[in-house]
Amino acid sequence: MKSLLRWESALFVLLVLVAVVGSAATGGSFLTGQGAFNVGSDLAVVALIAMPLTLVVVAAEIDLSVASVLGLSSALIGMLWNAGWPLEAILPVVIVVGAVCGAINGFLVTKLGLPSLAVTIGTLALYRGLAFVVLGDQAVADFPDSYTQFGTTPVPGTWIPYSIVLFVVLAVVFGLLLHATTFGRAVFAIGANEEAARFSGIRVKRIKFILFVLTGAVAALAGIVYTLRYASARADNGTGLELNVVTAVLLGGVSIFGGRGTIGGVILAALVLGGLTDALILDDIANEVVKLVTGILLLASVFAPAVTKRLRGATP
Amino acid sequence: MKRAGFAKRAAVLAAAAVLLAGCGGTTKDNSGGSSGGGQTQTTANPNAPTAKDLKITFLPKQVNNPYFTVAQGGAEKASTALGEQFKATGPSDADASSQVTYINTAAQQGQNALLLAANDSNAVAPALKAARKQGMKVVTFDSDAAADARDVFINQASSQEIAAGQVKLISDAIGGSGEIAILSATANATNQNAWIDIMKQELAKPAYANIKLDEIAYGNDDDQTSFQKTQGLLQAHPNLKGIISPTTVGVAAAARYLDSSSYKGKVALTGLGTPNQMRKFIQDGTVGSVELWDPAKLGELAAYAAVALSSGQITGQQGEKFKAGDLGEYTIGAKGEVVLGPPLTFTKDNIDKYNF
Repeated sequence: MKSLLRWESALFVLLVLVAVVGSAATGGSFLTGQGAFNVGSDLAVVALIAMPLTLVVVAAEIDLSVASVLGLSSALIGMLWNAGWPLEAILPVVIVVGAVCGAINGFLVTKLGLPSLAVTIGTLALYRGLAFVVLGDQAVADFPDSYTQFGTTPVPGTWIPYSIVLFVVLAVVFGLLLHATTFGRAVFAIGANEEAARFSGIRVKRIKFILFVLTGAVAALAGIVYTLRYASARADNGTGLELNVVTAVLLGGVSIFGGRGTIGGVILAALVLGGLTDALILDDIANEVVKLVTGILLLASVFAPAVTKRLRGATP
Repeated sequence: MKRAGFAKRAAVLAAAAVLLAGCGGTTKDNSGGSSGGGQTQTTANPNAPTAKDLKITFLPKQVNNPYFTVAQGGAEKASTALGEQFKATGPSDADASSQVTYINTAAQQGQNALLLAANDSNAVAPALKAARKQGMKVVTFDSDAAADARDVFINQASSQEIAAGQVKLISDAIGGSGEIAILSATANATNQNAWIDIMKQELAKPAYANIKLDEIAYGNDDDQTSFQKTQGLLQAHPNLKGIISPTTVGVAAAARYLDSSSYKGKVALTGLGTPNQMRKFIQDGTVGSVELWDPAKLGELAAYAAVALSSGQITGQQGEKFKAGDLGEYTIGAKGEVVLGPPLTFTKDNIDKYNF
C-alpha cells in the first residue's frame, strides 16, 4: 500500500512536470483553456475505458477487446442512423450491445474457464470483424450538429469537454465501487489470491462476469463519445486503442498480476499520458518520439515496483 | 440471479445514455446564440501586399510517406521564397482521427495557415471549422476535407482526367479485354473514391465493354497490407489480367509482389506512382506505365494559395485569381477548387527525366 501511494505521488509530480515544462516549451499555449479542452477531448476516450478495465486488471484478468467493442459500437451507430433510427434510441441500444459483448467475454472466461488474454484477443478480432460486417467500409458522417457539438465543443461557459464530465461521473462511480464497497474488496481479494477468495465465500465467477459486462458497456459508451468527437461513424474507429488503455492502467500503478491498484492512480496516469502527448505535439516533437516516450513510461511503470521490491529484499 | 443483475445494469446504462442524448439537444440551443461572431465574409483585394513571416503548417496524411515528403519540399520552397515561416508535422498512421490533434495544435499555436491532405473529409471538419474561427486559413491539397471546413482545395488534376487516364492505361496494357481489379488506399479516402466512381463510369462505356472489374481491394496505404491484398486479388481471380492502383503506396507494393511472383509479365499493373519508386519495375517491364502529377508542384501551389489567402488577395470565391511564382497564375473554380494541371505519364522512355 505504501509503495502504491508513492507511485501515485510520483505520477502527480510527473503530471506537474508535464504541465510546467509543457507550458514553458510551448510558450504558454499549452496551459490555456483551449489547450485544456484539447487535452481533455483527446484523452477522454482512453480514460473512460480505463475505469472499468482497472477493476478487471485488479481482479487479475485483462480485456483486450475494448477497442473493437468501441469500433463495433461506432459501426452500429452508423448503420442504425442510416436505417432511420433516432439517435435517442440508437445510443441505449449500442450500450446494451457493448454489454452483451462484455458478457460473451465474461461467459467464456468464467463459465468455460478460459484465460482472458486468449479470449479477448479472439474477441478483439471477432468484434472488429463484426463491425465491418455491420457497416462495411463506409463512413457515416451526417449526424446533426446538435449531437456532434457534444463531442466538439466544451460545456458552455467553460473549457471542459462534455466527454470529461462523463468521465468524472464514471471515475466517481468506479472509484467508489472499487474502494468503498464490499464488491470492491472482493475484487482486490480475487486479484490477490483467487483460491483464498473463493474459499472465503466470494462469488469469484459472478464478480468477474459483472466486470467484463461493465467493461463492454463502457467501451460502447466510449464508442459513442469517439463517434461524436470525430463526427464520423466507421468500423475501423479506434483500431489499436486497447494498447493505450492498458498503458494508462499499468502506468497508473495497477499490478498486471492483480490485487493492487487504485482508480486515482489510473486517472493520474491518463492525465499524464494525455497531457504529455499533447505537449510533445504542441512542441513540434515528431510522432515517433511521442510513441517512444509512452513506451518508456510504460516500461518504467512495470520496472519500478520490481526494482524497489528487489532493493528492499536486499537490504535487511 | 445473474441475468437479473445484468438486465438491471443494462437498464441503468441505457437510462444514462438517454440522459446523455438529452444533454446533446440542449447544447444546440445554447451554442446557437453564441456562434454569430465567427466568420465574416471579407472581399478579396488582388493587389494587397504579400504578408511576410506568416506561420505555415504542413500536415500530410502521414509523415515518412515519400509522396508527401516531396510535396512538403515544394511547399517549403514556395514558403521560404515568399519569406514565410514553414514547418511540417503529422501523425505516423493514416488513421481517420489522428490528424485532429494536429489541427487543434496548429490552431493553439496560432499558425496563420494550414496545408492539409485530409485522411477523412468529415472527421477533420469540426476541428478545421474551430481553427478557422480563430483566423487560420485552411488549404487542402491531394485529398479534400468537407467543402465548408476549408478555404481552398488544390486538386492535383481533375478527377476525370486522372480516372479516365488510368482506365485507358490499363486497357492499353491488357489489349482492351479481360478482368481487372482496383487496389485502393483506405476505404474512405475522398480522392480514391471519387476516382473509383469515375473509373466505373468509364468502364461502362462501349469502348471498354470487354473489360470486367472484379473487385476493389483496400490496402490502407500500408505497404504490407497492400502487398498481401495484391496477393489475395491474384489468388481470388485466376483470370485477372490487370490491376489499377491509384495510390503511390499501393502501386509500389503491388509491383514488388508481381516482380517476385509467377504473375510477372502476365498481369499488367498501372496506377499512380512516383518515378523513383517505380523506376526499377518500369525499366524491367513488370509495369508498363504509371501516372502522376508532380507532388512538389502540388505542395508549392498549396503554399502559394495559403499565402494569397492570408494576405487577403483571395478569399476562396470562384473566379478569383492568384499568382503562384514559376507555376503561373491560377483561377479558383467551383466549390473553391484549384486544379494543378494534367498528370504526367511515366514510361520506359521518359522516366529517367524525373527524380522525385
